[in-house]
Amino acid sequence: MMAKQNKIHEPPFHIVKRPAIAGWKSVLIRAIAIIAALGVSSLVLLILTKKSPLEAMKLVYEASFGVYNKSIDKGFFAQIFTGRKFWAMLQELCMLLVIALAVTPAFKMKYWNLGAQGQVLFGGLCSVAVMFYLNNGFWATHKWLVLVLMLIAAVVGGVIWAVIPALFKARWNTNESLFTLMMNYIAIQLVSCMINVWVPNGSQVMGVVNQNSKIGWMPAMVFPDAWGMHPSAKNYFFNILIVLCLTVVMFVYLRYSKHGYELSVVGESVNTANYIGINVKKVIIRTLVFSGLLCGVSGFLLVSGTDHSITTGLDRGYGFTAIIVAWLAKFNPLMMILTSFLIVFLGKGASDIAMNMGFNESVGDIITGIIIFFIIGCEFFINYRIVKTHREG
Amino acid sequence: MPIIVTKIIAFLAASVVQGIPLIYGSTGEIITEKSGHLNLGIPGIMYMGGISGIIGGYLYEHYTENPIGIIAVLISLFASLFGSAIMALIYSFLTVTLRANQNVTGLALTIFGVGVGNFFGGSLLKFFGETGSIYLAATSAAYRTTIPFLSKIPVVGTLLFSYGFLAYLAIIIALLASWFLNKTRYGLALRAVGESPATADAAGVNVTAYKYLATLIGGMIAGLGGLYFVMDSTGGGWTNGGFGDKGWLAIAIVIFALWKPKNSILCSLIFGGLYILCVYIPGLSAPMKEIIKMMPYLVTVAVLIFISIRNKRENMPPASLGTSYFREER
Repeated sequence: MMAKQNKIHEPPFHIVKRPAIAGWKSVLIRAIAIIAALGVSSLVLLILTKKSPLEAMKLVYEASFGVYNKSIDKGFFAQIFTGRKFWAMLQELCMLLVIALAVTPAFKMKYWNLGAQGQVLFGGLCSVAVMFYLNNGFWATHKWLVLVLMLIAAVVGGVIWAVIPALFKARWNTNESLFTLMMNYIAIQLVSCMINVWVPNGSQVMGVVNQNSKIGWMPAMVFPDAWGMHPSAKNYFFNILIVLCLTVVMFVYLRYSKHGYELSVVGESVNTANYIGINVKKVIIRTLVFSGLLCGVSGFLLVSGTDHSITTGLDRGYGFTAIIVAWLAKFNPLMMILTSFLIVFLGKGASDIAMNMGFNESVGDIITGIIIFFIIGCEFFINYRIVKTHREG
Repeated sequence: MPIIVTKIIAFLAASVVQGIPLIYGSTGEIITEKSGHLNLGIPGIMYMGGISGIIGGYLYEHYTENPIGIIAVLISLFASLFGSAIMALIYSFLTVTLRANQNVTGLALTIFGVGVGNFFGGSLLKFFGETGSIYLAATSAAYRTTIPFLSKIPVVGTLLFSYGFLAYLAIIIALLASWFLNKTRYGLALRAVGESPATADAAGVNVTAYKYLATLIGGMIAGLGGLYFVMDSTGGGWTNGGFGDKGWLAIAIVIFALWKPKNSILCSLIFGGLYILCVYIPGLSAPMKEIIKMMPYLVTVAVLIFISIRNKRENMPPASLGTSYFREER
């Protein structure tokens, strides 16, 4: 009996919360996590596709920056800049980025909006409807007006889809994550329904709208011919420019505006917010209007500047990935450029390798998942410290 | 028998087939949530459970001349449980031990699981130099074996005895989970962990062990839903994204069932019915069909709103749901 009591069961280590961490240390921990994630990812690629890590890395790089061709009389960087792959990558990055920007203010407020997909889809649907109906006569000569109307329609659509759950959250504290999630599927069904209405032949495919008249298409950028830019650079240029501007706007909004301050107080503690006289309901609804507005803009950019059509996969599954991109960047819009680059770069690379081997592109999702696991895991080492337990006595 | 009766019976039987994966998913999620962990990775885990079963069954059928049904079932069942256990362990390691954000971890798990499912579903045959799509005849036939004489009884046979064993297992597991949570000491301890981990800890309950086990067992149960879907309802094949949004619906059903596994059986069957309703309503135009397909989601939204307006205390989720527990922080 005595012997049993004397034996103290204590683990050799225990966990302590860090008060603060030096900036370089947290960067180092994250860098180690990313390197470890890349290591595991290349191992997975090696097992699945039998490509050596070096070869795989080359292919991943080429998926985003194109193949360097020595025989062409153009510098290394000029080749990247004028090539198709680079602009396609930028375009994907920006579409992920803009959805991440859209979900950010809500998440900073700890409002779990899982409905970005639905908000983008419904915004896109409204946009496509304008494009589909206003395609002749007066509108053919006023293309810019169609574009403006499409943008307005998309924004209104996105806002409606985002604000319905927010109203219920503000009034009755209805669970927003499931509500927004269900709104995704309602939007998906609406899109399938409208496609069936617009394309009565039962093919369920919308096809490119206004292929010849290009009404409602985002205008192409004009580059000097001498630069030899790939057409995708011209087509995607304004999409990319708009998203980059929005990134800066969002950064300023969150960091320097009163709204940004209020929503982060609500996120930290609703009680504090009430105490200092912030109207929490108003902040929730206002923030979600803003979130929905940006989702609508993403829908508009995807319809007008990218697909010129609509499918139920318009959002490319970025609704969820965007949440992770925003969270990884600690809700800092400028950091989100980096995190969305990381996700798009590796995802594109992995899909390219898989397609090249005749497998399907879902490898990209597997790699994305692995990277996120590592980065989520490494947060622990930033917030906590493992120390050796000192035995007393 | 008039045609309308036959149709209604077929509809009810189809609802059950659609509802079974939801029973597994929601029961698994209830057990997980009772430990205070909101696992949004359930859709990914269900994909993983499905594809792991497919891989297990395929390997067995590929390497054997004459596959024996019962062995095929055991191998794929074990593979499926193993696959979903790995997923659940990733989730619990990240959220319990490393105290990561549960929502983000769950979403990442779903992206990962759906990716793994669709990758192997599309590419498994390529690894073995075959073409076409996966079709596990022997394994699926074994899963779909029904009780010999009872299933032949008209009406009653179709309604009650026409399903494979996994369907009955789902109901047994849900009832067992209900009994476990409400009638056993361990169930009480688990609920305590979910309501207030600090209190449970002070009472001498090993909080970490309970959280791990609840996530693990919950995940494995959910994974069986994926297995049932691929082996029984689709007959041993795989379509990319075919499982669809059932995982998310399963999470939503947890709320309707008010965190009670017994209720989740009926809720799941109703949702299964709503899911398949558009096929059984005659004379629908194509756009109307898509509108009818919205039903499960609209009903979910309506119930969510209804529950939040009523706001009764016993209908609330476990108090610590979504937060990680750090002993030194209390």
